[in-house]
Amino acid sequence: MKFSEKWLREFVNPDVNTETLMHQLTMAGLEVDGIEPACPAFDGLVVAEVKTVSKHPDADKLQICEVDCGDKALLTIVCGAANVRQGMRTVLAKVGASLPGMGELKPVSLKGVTSTGMLCSAKEIGLGDDHEGIMDLSVDEPVGKPLTEVIDSDDNIIEISLTPNRGDCLSIMGIAREVAVFNQVDFSVPEVRKSDVTASTSRNVKLSAVSACPKYLGRVIENVDTTVKSPLWLTEKLRRSGIRSINIAVDITNFVMLEFGQPMHAFDNDVLRGEIEVRLPKSGEKIKLLDESEIDLKPDTLLITDESGPIAMAGVMGGFESAVSTTTQNIFLESAFFAPKQISGEARQYGLHTDSSHRFERGVDPELQSKAIERATELVLQICGGQAGPVVEALSVDELPKNKEVILRKAQIKRILGIELDEQFVTDTFTNLGMSCNYDNNQWNTVASSHRFDINIEVDLIEELARIYSYDAIPVSAPSNKLKMRVSNEYHETIKRIREVLVNRDYHEVITYSFIDPNLNKLLNNKNNLLLSNPIAPELSEMRTSLLPGLLNTLQYNIKRQQERLRIFETGLVFNNEEDLKQESHVAGLIHGNINEKQWDKDNISSDFYDIKNDVEAFILASFDVDDIKMETSESSILHPGQAVDVYVRGKNAGCFGRLHPKICVDLDLPDNVYLFEFNIKRILKQKKTHYKRISKFPSVKRDVSIVIDEKILLEDVLRCARNAGTDLLTNLELFDVYQGEGIEKGKKSLALGLTFQATSSTLKDEEVEAIMEKVVDGLNNNFGAKLRE
Amino acid sequence: MNNTEKLKVQAIAEIDSASDLSQLDLIRVDYLGKKGQLTQQLKQLGKLPAEERPQAGQVINLAKVAVQNAIDARKTLLENERLKEIIEKGRLDVTLPGRGNKRAGLHPITLTLERIESLFQQIGFDVAEGPEVEDDYHNFEALNIPEHHPARAMHDTFYFPDGRLLRTHTSSVQIRVMQNDKPPFRFIAPGRVYRCDSDMTHTPMFHQVEGLIVDESVTFADLKGMLVDFLEIFFEKELQIRFRPSYFPFTEPSAEVDIMGERGWLEVLGCGMVHPNVLKNVGVDPEKYTGLAFGMGVERLAMLYYGVDDLRMFFDNDLRFLKQFH
Repeated sequence: MKFSEKWLREFVNPDVNTETLMHQLTMAGLEVDGIEPACPAFDGLVVAEVKTVSKHPDADKLQICEVDCGDKALLTIVCGAANVRQGMRTVLAKVGASLPGMGELKPVSLKGVTSTGMLCSAKEIGLGDDHEGIMDLSVDEPVGKPLTEVIDSDDNIIEISLTPNRGDCLSIMGIAREVAVFNQVDFSVPEVRKSDVTASTSRNVKLSAVSACPKYLGRVIENVDTTVKSPLWLTEKLRRSGIRSINIAVDITNFVMLEFGQPMHAFDNDVLRGEIEVRLPKSGEKIKLLDESEIDLKPDTLLITDESGPIAMAGVMGGFESAVSTTTQNIFLESAFFAPKQISGEARQYGLHTDSSHRFERGVDPELQSKAIERATELVLQICGGQAGPVVEALSVDELPKNKEVILRKAQIKRILGIELDEQFVTDTFTNLGMSCNYDNNQWNTVASSHRFDINIEVDLIEELARIYSYDAIPVSAPSNKLKMRVSNEYHETIKRIREVLVNRDYHEVITYSFIDPNLNKLLNNKNNLLLSNPIAPELSEMRTSLLPGLLNTLQYNIKRQQERLRIFETGLVFNNEEDLKQESHVAGLIHGNINEKQWDKDNISSDFYDIKNDVEAFILASFDVDDIKMETSESSILHPGQAVDVYVRGKNAGCFGRLHPKICVDLDLPDNVYLFEFNIKRILKQKKTHYKRISKFPSVKRDVSIVIDEKILLEDVLRCARNAGTDLLTNLELFDVYQGEGIEKGKKSLALGLTFQATSSTLKDEEVEAIMEKVVDGLNNNFGAKLRE
Repeated sequence: MNNTEKLKVQAIAEIDSASDLSQLDLIRVDYLGKKGQLTQQLKQLGKLPAEERPQAGQVINLAKVAVQNAIDARKTLLENERLKEIIEKGRLDVTLPGRGNKRAGLHPITLTLERIESLFQQIGFDVAEGPEVEDDYHNFEALNIPEHHPARAMHDTFYFPDGRLLRTHTSSVQIRVMQNDKPPFRFIAPGRVYRCDSDMTHTPMFHQVEGLIVDESVTFADLKGMLVDFLEIFFEKELQIRFRPSYFPFTEPSAEVDIMGERGWLEVLGCGMVHPNVLKNVGVDPEKYTGLAFGMGVERLAMLYYGVDDLRMFFDNDLRFLKQFH
């Protein structure tokens, strides 16, 4: 909310400067967002009277005026405004004045006549956007008076951001009340005089939805001159509060809203038919609002209606047909209390947000309506003339919010805040905040005033005390705790360990959005997708079912930025909308480019399948026994069918790795050497507790053997066969060469195996080792037709 | 025994011109070996008259010692030279970069989260997690934000067709943890949160750490003390800090915490005492327990800590950005 500092100081004027005032507001919970001067510098702008007006001989649209600005001689000014007339007082920019965006004003010749100054519109001098004509000042303003004095330009516009609980501060009066408490000074509200009832016209009001609208005041004012321009003091107060001037009726109701916090509405009374009824819509009802939007009403929308149908969406916006215009002669003023529950959400349903709905949904003081309607009446009669009819009030007392009685037990202050507060301070604070309060038997019995509908329970009172005492004045202490050890969380440990392994292997961690482009999700052929109802963009509309699309996006992004080598990983939730929605924590990685960063002394070849396999093994194998893990060819549609592996941990699919499918490389315009992995973290939690095996004191014996077998035979099967034949004495088995080519028959491959034998209780004899080696070779021969390589 | 003296002089001359250790060893064998020239002389002592033998023996022995000394001296010299040569050959440009794989780094948001977590773990906080696709009850209702509450408008929530939503804060984890356990509680809930908002200073996804203590005697003064400690340790300096009244539906009193930056106050945290309605919603007796809660935006803290001036950098994942963090 924006407001004028001067206006606030009309209500309460503590002896503090602007800076202190802003600090006080912020520390009261009314956070100051910004401050700016209310007006530009008005040097060289004065009140002037137009003495004569004559037509420009050579230009149809220009007039030549003789203008008195208090100097001895009259000035000749050429003016193009249609509203210039003899005898009017307006704003003159003298030669030498600087106008916003125009620079210094110089005498100019307009079609042969020299203009020694300029008559100004409000827009031209930075007072809003009225550019209809030059400013029309009151004839009471003395000629020659600087504009700075006319409009009290020495003022600031302060903007505060209010939390939703402080609807009571959405007015000058509300802010003034807070300022008064903090400075312990009085504040005064303009006295509102009840206008005499001089007309008999009135309109009946019927409340048909009493819980939504328990109070509605209406009044007809007859013979109102709505063609009057809003006076400068009024438009200036509105402008400094960030509200545009519309017409006199709207300006007055907006003024009262800013002054007291009561949103009001003015209808053209001659358009209304019969009784006013506040009710919910009948089926199929529509309304055309002030902003000319046509709205199909939802059944829970509260309406102001007459016999012809809806005339306003209650508390949100008036109807188009019944709006006040310059031809309106009789107006009907509305000042009502709409329940916050009714209005909240209502405007938003239709995508509307108005100053009125903003206040009603936060709450308006239920005792304010009568004062507001009298204030508006007073202003209408004063500015537009007319005769006021009687105020008609429809009221359902039972449904109106009651002032709540809240008890504060003394001990609760220390219990919540950690400090004791002086009893007198507590009593004074409540009193200053406008509550009634008495202290008895270690407790305060309070009744909150009608504007503080946010005070409902004991802690609300404690918050008020802390606020007034100042949060900063509350001392600091440290929370205490019983020292107790806790079991560490295996899931968190696992994530940390995997991250550490990957970072050490040169994988950079990335964080990508959890919602992705549905087209990318399609790559995974996953049908259990979860779509957002209100995505921020189509390419961010579907919850990811895998981390891989995000990594591929990141690859694309970086390739476009000349990065030739990328090693990245991410951890985070993926969302599979199966029977129940599954939100599971995954880790995924991607590599592309050379094994190492460019180096001066290393064979730097392109990473391939076996590199990513090594990385995967680094964070999985250490956590499990070899027998717990099985790797099988994967059917994943995102992976190259010949370089794709599913990993099973204790029989359950834990993830996969391999090369990106060539088709996807083409579709996404990616290079063909991209390798990926993705695992479900809960499936690879560390399971294995290290069990020490005693190291044998006896020497080991090493034997190498090279065999030639069919190239389709998997190493894993060969090793298993060798291990079985090797007995417990075979303590290590490793593959140290794979060869195909010259000297090896086509379709075959040569494998070189290194075997280490060792016994725990004796030194092995050569014969023993030879016997086992023979079994190993026989086994390989029997199972795979393996021949020893010559 | 002119011959002995001659042999000695000849041997020493040969020794001094020996150019390597193997040559030197040949010389040693030639003179001092079993069949060496000097050794042979000793063996021929028996041919001399008995009275001459002791003196002749002494002369030969002295010559042997002299030769051996010369050999040792030459050996040391040659060894030193050889070492010097090895060293000279081994001189490298030690400024060439180390070989092999480099270490990469964690994302700055993860690094910031880990810093926050470790500070709170020091004083006994657990780390709790919860789902990101949430229901209305855990994200709003149980946190004292009923339907149509104006506070909901501040949240810009992402919804799914079935009414579920993406959590707008990690406060929802509070509810889940407290529903499933008994007080006292002391945990933080870090994680991703989502708001339907995207511009220079907002991304539709960001990270929060929410923290909570519910115990028999925690107060607003404790909350202040703990957060002042946290901020000063996190930012590694003394700070000007202020607590300013604010509003969150799930705390009362509520405060916003600002620190003084180079260009004025910066909002870094929201906090307050847990609202009694929230405690009641999870079956905790507000007459027995009080609670303190706080929440912070991780990106905000990371930006201040690392001097990052564009929020969106965190989610572009530009390698040139990521490589700066270790």
